[in-house]
Amino acid sequence: MSMTRQAEPAVTPPPAPGPKETDGRTARRTPARRLLARPEVGVFLGVVVVLVFFLIAAPPMRDSSSMANILYQSSTIGIMALPVALLMIGGEVDLSAGVAVVTSALTASMLAYQLSMNVWVGVIAALAVSLAVGMFNGWFLMKTGLPSFLVTLGTFLILQGINLAVTKTVTGNVATDDISDMDGFAQAQALFASSFELGGVQVKITIVWWLVFAALAAWVLLRTKYGNWIFAVGGNKESARAVGVPVNLTKISLYMLVGFGAWFVGMHQLFSFNTVQSGEGVGQELIYIAAAVIGGCLMTGGYGSAIGPVFGAFMFGMVQQGIVYAGWNPDWFKAFLGVMLLGAVLINLWVQRTATRR
Amino acid sequence: MDRSSHHRPRRIVPFVAVAAAAALTLAGCSSGSGGKKSEDGADASSTGKASTPRMTVALVTHQAPGDTFWDIVRKGAEAAAAKDNVKLIYSADPNAGNQANLVQNAIDQKVDGIAITLAKPDALKSVIGKATKAGIPVVGINSGLSDWKDLGLLEFFGQDESVAGEAFGKKLNEVGAKNTVCVIHEQGNVGLTQRCDGLKKTFEGKTQILNVNGVDMPSVKSTITAKLKQDSAIDYVATLGAPFAPTAVQSVGDAGSKAKVATFDLNKDLTKAIQAGDIEFAVDQQPYLQGYLAIDGLWLYENNGNYSGGGEQPVLTGPAFVDKSNVDAVSEYAAKGTR
Repeated sequence: MSMTRQAEPAVTPPPAPGPKETDGRTARRTPARRLLARPEVGVFLGVVVVLVFFLIAAPPMRDSSSMANILYQSSTIGIMALPVALLMIGGEVDLSAGVAVVTSALTASMLAYQLSMNVWVGVIAALAVSLAVGMFNGWFLMKTGLPSFLVTLGTFLILQGINLAVTKTVTGNVATDDISDMDGFAQAQALFASSFELGGVQVKITIVWWLVFAALAAWVLLRTKYGNWIFAVGGNKESARAVGVPVNLTKISLYMLVGFGAWFVGMHQLFSFNTVQSGEGVGQELIYIAAAVIGGCLMTGGYGSAIGPVFGAFMFGMVQQGIVYAGWNPDWFKAFLGVMLLGAVLINLWVQRTATRR
Repeated sequence: MDRSSHHRPRRIVPFVAVAAAAALTLAGCSSGSGGKKSEDGADASSTGKASTPRMTVALVTHQAPGDTFWDIVRKGAEAAAAKDNVKLIYSADPNAGNQANLVQNAIDQKVDGIAITLAKPDALKSVIGKATKAGIPVVGINSGLSDWKDLGLLEFFGQDESVAGEAFGKKLNEVGAKNTVCVIHEQGNVGLTQRCDGLKKTFEGKTQILNVNGVDMPSVKSTITAKLKQDSAIDYVATLGAPFAPTAVQSVGDAGSKAKVATFDLNKDLTKAIQAGDIEFAVDQQPYLQGYLAIDGLWLYENNGNYSGGGEQPVLTGPAFVDKSNVDAVSEYAAKGTR
């Protein structure tokens, strides 16, 4: 405990305003400024602005089922954006996260189908594969000391190739076979891809999982020793190591956490759509990173939150679907998304500067 | 004593994992329905093999990785190659410059024939000239209906995307559609845009374009749902690739819409959906035929001096419609991944 407290100066600024902040650094700040210093405030303001904007511009968005649809899309991004954000707070990135989702889904589907096993065998094997990919990323990174950009770019290409080649070799096609009539499918679908009715609206289960994972991540980050380690290794790896933070363990476990997220989203895709195409997932890694950055995580590490990426993913879903609800020319979609991204980052920057100015 | 108890928890983890996996395998975790076991082993028909001298043919396409359509083209080419005693070299790159390099690579290997897709004809013009100069016959497949003769190609097998789109639009008129949305799963893809443009040309109702993120199925689903909510008058969703049609069906359900779904291209899940009545029809340009005929055409030219299409006209492989009336005849082949 004393060790992690020593590591804290490396973290700028501290992740949460503690109960008694009278150490001189924060004494002169007003409560409003302390609130603004939280990483998720910028994105929260951005979300409010964009939400109001679309509620005016796109009448179908006022319908509650539209909001369920937006939240569904946000949740499939958000479940991955959470571990990706924790990893970024820990000072690393993962470019293989997008194709890793597809790797997981392909593993589960092909294993169960080819061996004619209960689909749960495939689901568990896929979890092992996903965690192994994460472990490899982290281990290779720590072993070689190479930048995570390079290491995970390598994994990204390897997985992309494996996804295609193995699927083609095993199934004879580039997509997997339909597993919806196999034993265990209904149970797995209930867990990963079902929906329930709430106030007359069909709500997808991924939304619930997303919020549960977010709450869990927020608790870990702010209330546990492991959370402190994440901030410490992202702030300054060497000084964290010097005060006894297990840097290797922390970083490898963060990559494995991304592996877990990839597994979960992969299972959702498999049990929602019955088959998987091996070429999917490419480019999604950047969307996860974008959601984390919009959510207030710094590319340099050591700063961010678990709630921010929730809003970041929601912003993404809202903009993507809002343009459609508004009935605008879809050719402009990506450009609009890019403007939103830059706008959100600017708001974050402005809020941070305002908050930390004395 | 102290040490062994310290080590125990570490060793037990992999042991438990292996034991659990073994237990799952042995303790009757096999699926009672579906799976590989239930798939009939009726494999490709055993064809005779030509006794002509071995020749080498390169097939160079603009396939993006993991696309089911091109996989079927390749299977057709492989079937013809096996029958004709041809060694097939397959390569692909969606980038036109890279595709030109692959053609150059084939020329350097002194192949006996080249089959090529002309998604971006201008970029391939000079390298096709080099092949012709080296005395290598070149045939076109799939895309490039309007350019193959100008580029000096021997033959052409395929359909134009615009023609397929126009046929799709006419079919929509027949089934009484009034308001359709054309779902583009890859923004900026020329062929997909041509399909929607063709559809727009012949369809008498209202046509809207919708871009979706094709590499992320949940996002495809949400976006189509959003579009159906935005315009509740939409009565037909047209997807441009087979894997997106079942997703569109889910979107229709989510949006509480009454729209019907039809699609370009075919695969085995789609034939089942057409049989079940979830999807109305699919327009198929028979990619297997394109790959097969290209290799066979080169073989015929080499061994008998034949020109398919007389060297004047393209050989059309589509559009062929698959709907409830003829799906049963097709589904067997789609199950094998050849239609």
